[in-house]
Amino acid sequence: MSKKLLLDKAHVEGIRNYDVYRREGGYRSVEKALKSMTPDEVTEEVKKSGLRGRGGAGFPTGMKWGFLAKPEGVPRYLVVNADESEPGTFKDRYLMEFIPHILIEGIITSSYALGSNTSYIYIRGEYAWIVDILEQAIAEAKNNGWLGKNILGTGFDLEIYVQRGAGAYICGEETALLESLEGKRGNPRIKPPFPAVKGLWDCPTVVNNVETIAAVVPIINDGGEEYAKIGIGRSTGTKLISACGNIKKPGVYEIDMTISVEEFIYSDEYCGGVANGRKLKACIPGGSSVPILPANLLLKTAKGETRLMNYESLSDGGFATGSMMGSGGFIVLDDNQCVVKHTYTLARFYRHESCGQCSPCREGTGWMEKILLNIENGKGRKSDIDLLWDIQRKIEGNTICPLGDAAAWPVAAAIRHFRDEFEWHVENPDDCLRRNYGLANYADPLPIATPA
Amino acid sequence: MSEEKKLFKVTVDNITIDVEPGTTILQAARQIGGDVTPPAMCFYSKLQGSGGKCRTCLVEVSKGSEKDPRPMPKLVASCRTTVMDGMEVKNITSERVQDARAGVVEFLLLNHPLDCPICDQAGECHLQDLGYEHGKEGTRYEFNRRTFEKEDIGPYIQLHMTRCILCYRCTYVADQLTNNRVHGVLDRGDHAEISTYISKAIDNDFSGNMIDVCPVGALTDKTFRFKNRVWFTKPVDAHRDCDKCCGKVTLWERGDEVLRVTARKDEWGEVQSYDGKPGWICNTCRFDKKHVNDWVIEGPTKVNRHSVISQGHYIGLQKPNETISEVMGGRDPKLLMDIHSVSDVNSVELAALPGPATSKTFEKKDQSE
Repeated sequence: MSKKLLLDKAHVEGIRNYDVYRREGGYRSVEKALKSMTPDEVTEEVKKSGLRGRGGAGFPTGMKWGFLAKPEGVPRYLVVNADESEPGTFKDRYLMEFIPHILIEGIITSSYALGSNTSYIYIRGEYAWIVDILEQAIAEAKNNGWLGKNILGTGFDLEIYVQRGAGAYICGEETALLESLEGKRGNPRIKPPFPAVKGLWDCPTVVNNVETIAAVVPIINDGGEEYAKIGIGRSTGTKLISACGNIKKPGVYEIDMTISVEEFIYSDEYCGGVANGRKLKACIPGGSSVPILPANLLLKTAKGETRLMNYESLSDGGFATGSMMGSGGFIVLDDNQCVVKHTYTLARFYRHESCGQCSPCREGTGWMEKILLNIENGKGRKSDIDLLWDIQRKIEGNTICPLGDAAAWPVAAAIRHFRDEFEWHVENPDDCLRRNYGLANYADPLPIATPA
Repeated sequence: MSEEKKLFKVTVDNITIDVEPGTTILQAARQIGGDVTPPAMCFYSKLQGSGGKCRTCLVEVSKGSEKDPRPMPKLVASCRTTVMDGMEVKNITSERVQDARAGVVEFLLLNHPLDCPICDQAGECHLQDLGYEHGKEGTRYEFNRRTFEKEDIGPYIQLHMTRCILCYRCTYVADQLTNNRVHGVLDRGDHAEISTYISKAIDNDFSGNMIDVCPVGALTDKTFRFKNRVWFTKPVDAHRDCDKCCGKVTLWERGDEVLRVTARKDEWGEVQSYDGKPGWICNTCRFDKKHVNDWVIEGPTKVNRHSVISQGHYIGLQKPNETISEVMGGRDPKLLMDIHSVSDVNSVELAALPGPATSKTFEKKDQSE
């Protein structure tokens, strides 16, 4: 059993309510931070912990907090990004549904560190029932003196508001989120200026993922150095993984980033193996935006090392032979899945969710979707595969926000690793409508390149 | 203490220039001028907040600054990136930039109807220039182009959403020049469209400037619709006393008939500034003063010799004789094709035709419907 920090108490009866949460040791971090630490000391602890953003990019949280501009007389804001809309990612939902108070507690501690007197939770519109859960938790916290004016007699004021999105994936991008929170159309802003300097209503703002903010609670309770002892290298602490796809036990698991991918998929403690006795074909380890990997590259890196479930190991080999930790949406595909169809589904998603502000993403995502649909339906040509490659190459890196990259990477990775399957679709236009390409050689061990 | 401002040294394609801090790369390149200036479809220096969207002005920053010489990893939008001292920028000398720009041009033209032969913007269209200078000879797009439901936005402005490249300039005009914005971008992604919410007419004293800022033929002057090709008209600078605007305009004449009135444009296709203030014109000057007697003529407008408009040879101010009725023996010419009704994309499946499309093709289509 690996150590659990966030979901440890998630299944205690009634933990959603304040009384139980408090009895189980909740809000200790707020007491500790507000009464015995300065805001800078809290930030310092987070820096020491090595906590990295859990939303997808993995940027060190302490460093992000350190960038926050602190001009005199200008309010600062903490915005919690609960707009979790990435296909395959549902960890924040789990956390907020089962143990909402850990998020509220994390927000109070983090707001204290950042000097934010008004903090927002921007939540995905589809999570309508969670808004009620959060608002109840906020009301309970307020009734018990953890929110409002002069918290614990320390002179620190804080209000938390929950704002529902209107169902756009793009509003999970931090600057689009801020635009939407301001009541405007959710178009990503052009950076710089970064939110740390000019964010919500042109004031310095920190936008953090739900899980990141929740992780501040154990960091303050146990100290940053204790937190940093968990995990390997720069992947410290625990990470929530939402596992789904063709596995026996889909769900949200808290891992300590020392276990191997193989163990995560096959052990009974986690996914319990591939469902229905099928074989593992491919996996998207970090939510739909990250590159897909075939089974052989997923379990072992190109150097032949065992791939671990952490930031460094998953991205080992770059995009040529690796992937990304992303937001922890672990999607497993068995040998009965069609990678072309799967890539088409993702392309359709990104076409639908592109905000339409900048041209490469607006036009390119739709184009890729149409070509992929043709290939999937056996109407493709060999040249279409190269065309897709060229389109994704021209989108990637040339857009305002990372949605362009997120749309390009899955297509690029699918072509890079599963080109045979695309070509099979083109060469067997009738067959591809009746059956799938199957496992082929995607699980065969790869030859390990000897260093030159 | 000397009040002398420190200037930043910036190098674009090996040409160095000193600019004031806060200048963007694009504006620095415009100061140099010529080929090193990146094209810009959405940036408009007179509209605050514009730019960054079309991605045609992407450049490579090969040296960040004197203090931090690291290159920037990604191509940056030159219109929204301010210069640093000692910055080195590659535009036409960078293959990456050329490649990315060709991609952007292709993306912009994917769903563009290419109905230039019946588009009033043709001849002064930035997308035509961009396609000519940076585009490839053909498209690799084989699908139907995007279409929209037509919308009437009032008596002065014609909206052709199929031609729009979503530069957002017109929304900035409405925000910054008029007191009430009633149009905006609805929907998202490839089906995003400029529209008024619940079909409202755009009616405001300065709404006509949306036509001037539109880089393509999405917003055109309804009072000039199908009147003439711009390169057959003669641009003349003129002014009048106007209590709402600067009154400095360009008249587009045929003979002594004023076909169209626009604001005066500078060499970047933007409205000219007078004493630092942009010379926007009001709707009265633009739409209602269509007689030479309304104006004090200053003289012919200087047209860049690269522009197709400079190809027109205007001899005298005489209106050419209409000879068509003489040629036709007094009869009216036969209507071959009503361009009002075919100003449409995908109305005919061109790829399915055995040969080139003719007026017959469109007749058949009308009958079948």
